[in-house]
Amino acid sequence: MEREIYLDNAATTKALPEVTAAVVDALEKNYANPSSLHRFGLQSEKILNKSRKTAANYLGVQAEEIIFTSGGTESNNLAIRGITKSYKNRGRHLITSPIEHSSVAELFEALKKEGWQVDMVDVDQRGYVDLEHLRSLITEETILVSIMQVNNELGTIQPIKKIAEIIKEENPLSFFHVDGVQAFGKIYTNLSQWPIELYSISAHKIHGPKGIGALYLKKGTNLEALIYGGGQEKGLRSGTENVPAIAGLAEAVKKLPQLSAAENEDSHLAQKREYLLKSLKKIDAAVINSPAAGAPHIINFSLPGIKGETMLHALENCGIYAATGSACSSKKKGSRIIKACGLSQARSESALRISLDRTITNDDLDYFIKTLKEQIDFLKLF
Amino acid sequence: MYDLIIIRYGEIALKGDNIDEFISQLVSNIERAAADLGEFEITTIYGRIFLYAESNKIEAIVQRLINVPGIISLSPAQRVRIGKKIANFNEQDFKKLKSRAVKLFKSEVQSYPTTFKVETTRADKSFPIESPELNRELGAEILREIESEAVPLSVDVHQPEHLFEVEIRRGKIYLFLRREAGPGGLPVKSSGKALLLLSGGIDSPAAGWLGLKRGLSLNAVYFDSPPYTSERAKEKVIDLAKVLSRYGGEIKLQIPYFTEIQQQILKKCPKRYTVTIMRRMMIRIANRLAEMNEELALVTGESLGQVASQTLEGLRSSDEVADFPVLRPLITMDKNDIIDLAERIGTYEISIRPHEDCCTIFVPDNPVTQPKLDTIHFGEKDLKIEELIERSLEKMEVITINEGAE
Repeated sequence: MEREIYLDNAATTKALPEVTAAVVDALEKNYANPSSLHRFGLQSEKILNKSRKTAANYLGVQAEEIIFTSGGTESNNLAIRGITKSYKNRGRHLITSPIEHSSVAELFEALKKEGWQVDMVDVDQRGYVDLEHLRSLITEETILVSIMQVNNELGTIQPIKKIAEIIKEENPLSFFHVDGVQAFGKIYTNLSQWPIELYSISAHKIHGPKGIGALYLKKGTNLEALIYGGGQEKGLRSGTENVPAIAGLAEAVKKLPQLSAAENEDSHLAQKREYLLKSLKKIDAAVINSPAAGAPHIINFSLPGIKGETMLHALENCGIYAATGSACSSKKKGSRIIKACGLSQARSESALRISLDRTITNDDLDYFIKTLKEQIDFLKLF
Repeated sequence: MYDLIIIRYGEIALKGDNIDEFISQLVSNIERAAADLGEFEITTIYGRIFLYAESNKIEAIVQRLINVPGIISLSPAQRVRIGKKIANFNEQDFKKLKSRAVKLFKSEVQSYPTTFKVETTRADKSFPIESPELNRELGAEILREIESEAVPLSVDVHQPEHLFEVEIRRGKIYLFLRREAGPGGLPVKSSGKALLLLSGGIDSPAAGWLGLKRGLSLNAVYFDSPPYTSERAKEKVIDLAKVLSRYGGEIKLQIPYFTEIQQQILKKCPKRYTVTIMRRMMIRIANRLAEMNEELALVTGESLGQVASQTLEGLRSSDEVADFPVLRPLITMDKNDIIDLAERIGTYEISIRPHEDCCTIFVPDNPVTQPKLDTIHFGEKDLKIEELIERSLEKMEVITINEGAE
């Protein structure tokens, strides 16, 4: 196998050398417990504080509004569970979308069984939330709306600011949680200006270490903890802080592109995405599932008649690593997300997701397209 | 508490002249099956195998050995050493025996009220105390030392909940309370060689184990269809073969390239017959491998009526192309019983990993359940059968699996 191209960056990414160095450094040199009273512990606490500040600055929020967790799944669980525990006396109504990551979707399923009323907002074929339907769902009882910013399979970018405004217009007391795991570092988000109270991020999607993430929690929002213990992270996430991973997260954040209202996406990635879309459109067998204005790193398409998993293995034998759905749901038949968007079973079963990072070159993408065409010819039976 | 396992074998004791060969085969199978569980030592006498190990290893070894073919039953046991010939067994030794019996009873019997009975097998008649007396004395001692208002315990000679056994054999005294059933059957390698058609499913490993149970030694064939099947599906089959190898010794896992054959079948054969014809191609490849390896039978995991291809017509269509007898140990078993068996031998958890094998991926919507031979022959006419088999074998991968070997 002469060539390897990793096109599964929405599942996870390779750690940057600077990230690895920061992790190793903290493991080998600054290994003291940040809660320890001695000077050595203080050194670790400083790394922790500095990292928290780096993450907060990038998101445009206060350092004390960042809670480190074990990753996106825990951030999502802490946000949603935490709100339902804290504000259960205010109302029993929750709203989410049918295309959330399983760490949100499965949690809402559990909450339903516990007696919460959960409504699903409609989405269209490209995965966009129906804003008017959302407006109609919100009641005085609604304590939380949870909608992801970038869909992990399709790359659909929700108009988060508009959604936040609609929620506040209908019920100013409703909290808004955004799963920002796929958006963080790719799409501009202004947490200080937009009325969003909770925002989840994860380090391993941005070339940081696995097992570390954070939840942004707007000042004045009360959460009840899921994990009890020594009271770390303001009592919201007990357990000795994972300083090495947190240092790695901060290092990865430092390498993210600076985004703004004007430059609102990672334009380098967006160019690659355009390049790939153009070539894909020339392949007759392929149907694009991602929206035209999707996240810059995700391209989802179907090859009706060829199972996604079969093509995935065919590509893998040529050194190309792609995905069917999200890695967290790849064991189920067809894509739950694509089905939820109302696309056919054939399209859901044959969906492939390509996800990019900044190291992918046009030449890599040419090789991918060439290989894809060859494998379509090999696998197309009729 | 325990320091050895008494292993009893049955059927092989009847095998006359070959008895020594059978026993040494069984001993080496036991050694392999428990190889990863720590150190142990094995001695044999007629009718029994004794496995000595540290007491904290005994239970794990028992759990492994209850699935070793050829074993009828086994008992974790304690040997009472008196340091002299048992013909000279005296009052002092009897005291020691009684106290050891009480200790063992205390540690093994936890829930009360309960009933028990002492039973002695005095195979070595040089032992001076006769069985009824020993039973009586030991029973009385156990009652005296353990029974109280808080610990209600009584003797029941007809249906005791605990049978406390004393076995005196060839100058040695053993105590035990449990008899675990083994699978019975014959030791592996005592009945010749066969080829197992192994998929990643629940059935074929169970069929393989039943073959081992009747003394077969096995090699296996798995039909790999990349990219329709994944690397993980192959890993699963390798893991299944490893479990079988623990019971059956070295297994040569042969993995012919099946993709082209499946594609050709889908292109050239009637849709409803694709599975039937695929099975025939598998049998044809198995013929070649069995011939190469000098095996005398094929083993499959088919169970009558379980899926569309496992009807009498389906079996006949496979058998038509088989050059060897096709053994189907599961043929009349229900799925639940097969699952129970797979759980017991440790293949179930591996088999339910969610990776597709070549049998599940190409199943048409309504496969034929009563395939007709002439339709099959007509349907196969465009397949270049010999060429396809040649190419499939050219690209074959062979993995030698030998779990528990030194």
